[in-house]
Amino acid sequence: MSKVQGLWIDVEFCTGCKACEMACRQEHGLSPEQYGIKVSEQILNGGFTYNFVPVPTDLCNLCAHRNDEPACVHHCMASVMRHGNLTDLVAALEERPGSVLWTAKKKDATRARGTDVFAENVADGSESTEE
Amino acid sequence: MGANASETQVIRSTVWSAGAGCHGGCGVDLHVRDGKLEKIEGVKDHPYNQGTLCPRALALKDYVYHKDRLRTPLIREGRRGSDTWRPASWEEALGLIERRMNQVREDHGAESTLFVQGTGRDVGGWLVFLAYNYGSPNWLQALPGNSCYHPRLLSMQVALGDYVVPDASQFQSKRYDDPDWTLPECYMVWGQNPVATCNDGNHGHWIINCLKRGSKIICIDPNYTWLASRAALWLPIRPGTDGALALGMLNVIINEELYDRDFVTKWVSGFDELKERVRDYPLDWVARTTWIKKDLIVEAARLFARSRPAALQWGVPVDFAPEGFSVALAINALWSLTGNIEKPGTMVVGRPAFGVTSYPMSQQAISDMYGDMMPAEQRAKRIGADKYPLVKHMHWRAQPDAVIDQIFSADPYPVKASFIAGSNFVVGAQDPYRWREAFDRLEFNVVVDLFMTPTAMALADVVLPSASFAERDGVRAWWAPLTAQHRAFRVGDCRSDAEICFDLARRFNSDFKFDTLDDLYRYYLKPSGVSLEELRARNWIEPPRDAADTPYHRHERGLLRKDGKPGFATPSGKIELNSARLKEWGMDPLPRYVEPAISPVSTPELAKKYPLILNTGSRTIAFFHSEHRMVESLRAMNPDPQVEINPKTAAGLDIENGDWVWLENDHGRCRMRVKISPVHPRVVVAQHSWWYPEKIGEQDFGAYESNVNVLIPGGLFSNSGFGGAQVKSVLCRVVKDTPRETVSERTQ
Repeated sequence: MSKVQGLWIDVEFCTGCKACEMACRQEHGLSPEQYGIKVSEQILNGGFTYNFVPVPTDLCNLCAHRNDEPACVHHCMASVMRHGNLTDLVAALEERPGSVLWTAKKKDATRARGTDVFAENVADGSESTEE
Repeated sequence: MGANASETQVIRSTVWSAGAGCHGGCGVDLHVRDGKLEKIEGVKDHPYNQGTLCPRALALKDYVYHKDRLRTPLIREGRRGSDTWRPASWEEALGLIERRMNQVREDHGAESTLFVQGTGRDVGGWLVFLAYNYGSPNWLQALPGNSCYHPRLLSMQVALGDYVVPDASQFQSKRYDDPDWTLPECYMVWGQNPVATCNDGNHGHWIINCLKRGSKIICIDPNYTWLASRAALWLPIRPGTDGALALGMLNVIINEELYDRDFVTKWVSGFDELKERVRDYPLDWVARTTWIKKDLIVEAARLFARSRPAALQWGVPVDFAPEGFSVALAINALWSLTGNIEKPGTMVVGRPAFGVTSYPMSQQAISDMYGDMMPAEQRAKRIGADKYPLVKHMHWRAQPDAVIDQIFSADPYPVKASFIAGSNFVVGAQDPYRWREAFDRLEFNVVVDLFMTPTAMALADVVLPSASFAERDGVRAWWAPLTAQHRAFRVGDCRSDAEICFDLARRFNSDFKFDTLDDLYRYYLKPSGVSLEELRARNWIEPPRDAADTPYHRHERGLLRKDGKPGFATPSGKIELNSARLKEWGMDPLPRYVEPAISPVSTPELAKKYPLILNTGSRTIAFFHSEHRMVESLRAMNPDPQVEINPKTAAGLDIENGDWVWLENDHGRCRMRVKISPVHPRVVVAQHSWWYPEKIGEQDFGAYESNVNVLIPGGLFSNSGFGGAQVKSVLCRVVKDTPRETVSERTQ
């Protein structure tokens, strides 16, 4: 049994409803400009390819503070997301062609880059004069 | 409650409108700390939503605490249309409304006051309650032709004597795993994108859940939506020709003898006349009319008819078709002839759980609730009853187009005042200028809403601040289960529509028999045998399996008719596909096709000037109709008014993704932003009811800049009074806008 946790997403039935984006935003207190997960749209090849794929961002920590599943999994309108350890999720991946598996980056790596890289790293000189 | 004030309390409730802004039903946990909402979560074991929630519900905190939220009653100080208000206490505001509306009633009669709703939702039931206590029969939906569900509702009432809904297991406690339920083999989705909408007691993603389990989808839509991409068959219909398609399918089902012979013999009348009628609609003509390949129509009819069980979800394009009522009759025949009635996974009769009515949807339901509160001679004054037999004999609301006409004509009596709740018709109605002008003629207008809307700004003399679903107590019984709503917190001085209407009803009715709102809820719950306390403690209660409000086979078990006999609740006891009542009322009793008044077929010269069909009104995920534009997190999902155009069509017009364009025709123009999408090459799909809350100070919040309804003429293309507003099918052209800063840039 793997110790690593991940998210399994059944792309075939993701309807692109974006409940995951909003659930994440509420759970983590993100602003309207911030995303812990973002749905990307693939409408290509004259409509032959028509997929929505929720992709977690660097802000995702799989809702480590929650006792049960992450907020996005809980609220997903089409119930296409599953949270668990990789061993179980790989089985789901094998069962369902076209599904995807995702694991969170290490927390340190996320933190070092800053959640607001501009606020934390850019000094344009105007702030210090105001204060 | 004795709990430590700083601890988070979890209050279980039910979503029903303001906030999510929907027809509701989802079970939620509201996490509240120190009287403030911290979080909303879906309830995992709730049979309606099984833990899931949509983005609008999940944005509840952004909505309820928005800086623009109305928090106190406002009384107008300056002229209508200007942003000049005086904050007032509830006592002063309600006292003023009482005085002014009593004056109108004394001078002109109660019928001179209108009670106006939008889509209804949790507000409609309260408006009819208030209207009846005040004494006016003129309760209406602010939409031409009553063209939202009412044509469909009336068609079912005529043909079946009840309302049927597709069975996605919503009446079974274990849902999709329930052994009593069967997955529909075929699910026909007629003019709807269930991904973006939970309409009329249906949760859109129930259909997705059936798709995932193997239902074959027939998707009828000019837009190649995600659902179309997953469907077994996609029928890209020319907007407005739904009636032709239904008659074409009936033609196949009848002439290829694909119908359920036993069911038809036993339970259906009018088959021979319908068989005769469909001869008028040969398949070649249907294919030419609908722009759908003939083979595809035949294949769809066969798939639907050969699948047992089969279910059908229909959308508002049915109503907006010319003679929407007649189109709906034809679709009734599709499920009736194939015997897809009252079996697991078919169309099943929807009855409010435990017989509790929280939102009456028939005159009978109103009379059952409120008895003879309004005498028949007063009901006969309902506007439109003299002109439209369906209004006179069946419908429970005034006919909106006749209302607008009567405001101008004052014939046979003047209209003087209005009480408007949950409607923003200045952007939501077609030909909005005429609606605005009509209501501006009234002496007194009250608007109840959660935000200052273009309608309130343009027309209100008093604005009352309403509450979200999370700020109100209530009872909901829209089909199943029976649910309770709990007030979890308060915002400002806001009051729920229930509280507002209850308070005013008491002021207007000297025989008012309820002391408190809870008394009224107890009265509503009487038929159920469930106490208010029990319902509140349990949050939701499912009706017992053998009850008249739970499927299946109720027509065989004598559970549909008042006399207890087997059969349907029609005069003959059968499903009437050739209704004697309609004949008696001078209407065509059989379904027929009527071409849209404005179309490439009816107006070919106009089509040369305006070569594209303008399809509007499709639901979006971020907004409910005109709502939510001010909520930043939702607006970020859909920042600009969007028009979808086929790649080839756009290329021909030198238009690229993200360009701003003007949609134009002889009635008006509006400015929108292009999304290149796989829509029908001769159709553009434009979002509706756009206004800009950030443009406070401009007339009606810029309500006419990007509002597609200005392109849709008023007037009604329907003899029945039901259906026919051409919301889905007028003609337009698309012209590239000269470069200028975009609306979204300006709002930064």
